[in-house]
Amino acid sequence: MSRNYLLSDSIISPLGFGTTENLAAIRNSESALKLHKHPRFFEEGYYAGLIGDELLDEKFVKIGDVYLYTKLEKLIILAIQKVLDQQPDLDLIKTGLIISTTKGNIAELGKNNFSADRLYLWKMGNMISDFFGFKSKSIIVSNACVSGALAIKVANDFININKFENAIVAGGDLVSDFVLSGFQSFQAISPQPCRPFSRDRKGISLGEAAAAVLIGTGKSKDEEQIQYIDAVTANDANHISGPSRTGEGLYKSISSLLERNKMNPGEIDFLSAHGTATIYNDEMEAIAFNRAGLSMTPVNSFKSYYGHTLGASALIESILTKHSLLNNELYESMNFTELGVSEELNIIQHTEKKELNVALKTASGFGGCNLAMLLKKEG
Amino acid sequence: MSRKLYIKNSVVIRDSKIFRNEELLLKTNEGLSLSSFLKAIYKEQNLKYPKFFKMDSLSKLGYLGVEILSKGNIADKQTALVFANSTSSLETDEAYAASMKKFPSPSLFVYTLPNIMLGELSIRHELRSENSFFISESFDPELFIGYTKILFQQEKIENVLCGWVDLHNNDYDVFLCQIALSGGTDFNEEELKKLYLPTHE
Repeated sequence: MSRNYLLSDSIISPLGFGTTENLAAIRNSESALKLHKHPRFFEEGYYAGLIGDELLDEKFVKIGDVYLYTKLEKLIILAIQKVLDQQPDLDLIKTGLIISTTKGNIAELGKNNFSADRLYLWKMGNMISDFFGFKSKSIIVSNACVSGALAIKVANDFININKFENAIVAGGDLVSDFVLSGFQSFQAISPQPCRPFSRDRKGISLGEAAAAVLIGTGKSKDEEQIQYIDAVTANDANHISGPSRTGEGLYKSISSLLERNKMNPGEIDFLSAHGTATIYNDEMEAIAFNRAGLSMTPVNSFKSYYGHTLGASALIESILTKHSLLNNELYESMNFTELGVSEELNIIQHTEKKELNVALKTASGFGGCNLAMLLKKEG
Repeated sequence: MSRKLYIKNSVVIRDSKIFRNEELLLKTNEGLSLSSFLKAIYKEQNLKYPKFFKMDSLSKLGYLGVEILSKGNIADKQTALVFANSTSSLETDEAYAASMKKFPSPSLFVYTLPNIMLGELSIRHELRSENSFFISESFDPELFIGYTKILFQQEKIENVLCGWVDLHNNDYDVFLCQIALSGGTDFNEEELKKLYLPTHE
């Protein structure tokens, strides 16, 4: 089995077209969440992180025909292109492509801008794969809000059985009327920018973004690199749309992961939570983290920077966790006011420098799915 | 070391027929609507699971297929679920989108993710196990075999349930198989293809 690393990456979001810009924005406590008008669904407007079409096309026109691709395809292609720009020697014949998305091109449903088959996630995958000329067909992961991290696990696992030498994991989702109205029908959308884990949290904010990361064995032995250690998924077997009250699946995924890798909770320097800012999700996470012995571990949610980017969220947060480890920086859990869950948590309240070596990334989603992943600095 | 794996049981639901281990189990009138067909299977199998009636058609297909495959009981609670299809939850996406025009329906919206089916199966059989949902253009034996082998290598598990459950425009295609450390048929691409799409009836 090879050891695989999170190598070059990129994040395309309202905070910037590239990881460096995104990290700079996070250090400046900038948020993508702005008030937008939508008289049909929101009388008072709604907060979300949106990427303007004009800005996107201005960037995309340099590499492709803006009329041939949907907005989401353009975002994901841009994210992959930025990874390839950092890896000029990468052999696409030996590189797999794993794509993570929940709703793909659903914003095109009922419109006639593209052929109807673009609604199929595999077709979107083909469009992206063919743009670059990947040899093998893309593998599409669509497993609700754990998709982005699950796609990293899938990439690692397929490299280990030699399906390909390395893999690009790319993901993205948009803020469409489809998801906006859906979360609104659950009364899950916050009237203010979301406040994960806070007493005054009132639900989620949505965001759109894409990201990509190269997973592979890595070459440089001199530089510090972030190793993918392992990941475990577990279902709550409790409810299809509500989190478990005992945090069963999340607890099980974390405890199995630590046990399998002979680690104890005290060795984890940073925990990147899912933290959607719904009442029930954050409470569930707090319970699971406490059961797993992580109440003292510095923890944040990145949702207040981006909103919930669905199939991209766990991928973006894994990339940010990688940089957190490399930069020895704990990033503030923005918009946090006062702890509003029943169990103790060590919320990161100010961005600060700290020696970091091991991080845990978790995610949970509809369908009762949960995932825990370990990342470690080496070199 | 990779352990030798076998296909223990399989189920096909296609063209108004259900096969278990390649034997015809049920054949209904081809003129039945999808919802009537699903209800007919539920009735014929003598099932009693009120949650069935709340599910969308994709989850119903998965639920019924797994009831038939497992004869109503997945004893091994560590059984992992590796599922895939071609059209994700598009059937329900379209129904939800239609509801958006008047009153967006939360009960439809919740089914607009393909992995909700895995949640339903996990609840029904009390599985707190590994779950993954993939999308591919057509049934892809290589994907199932690759990922299933990985799970057997990583975990101390003894069973994986592989499922292809696809539904769009009322066209359904279901193929389920239980992969285990013993059984009658070798777990390889050729055998999977044969079971998925028999060349003779």
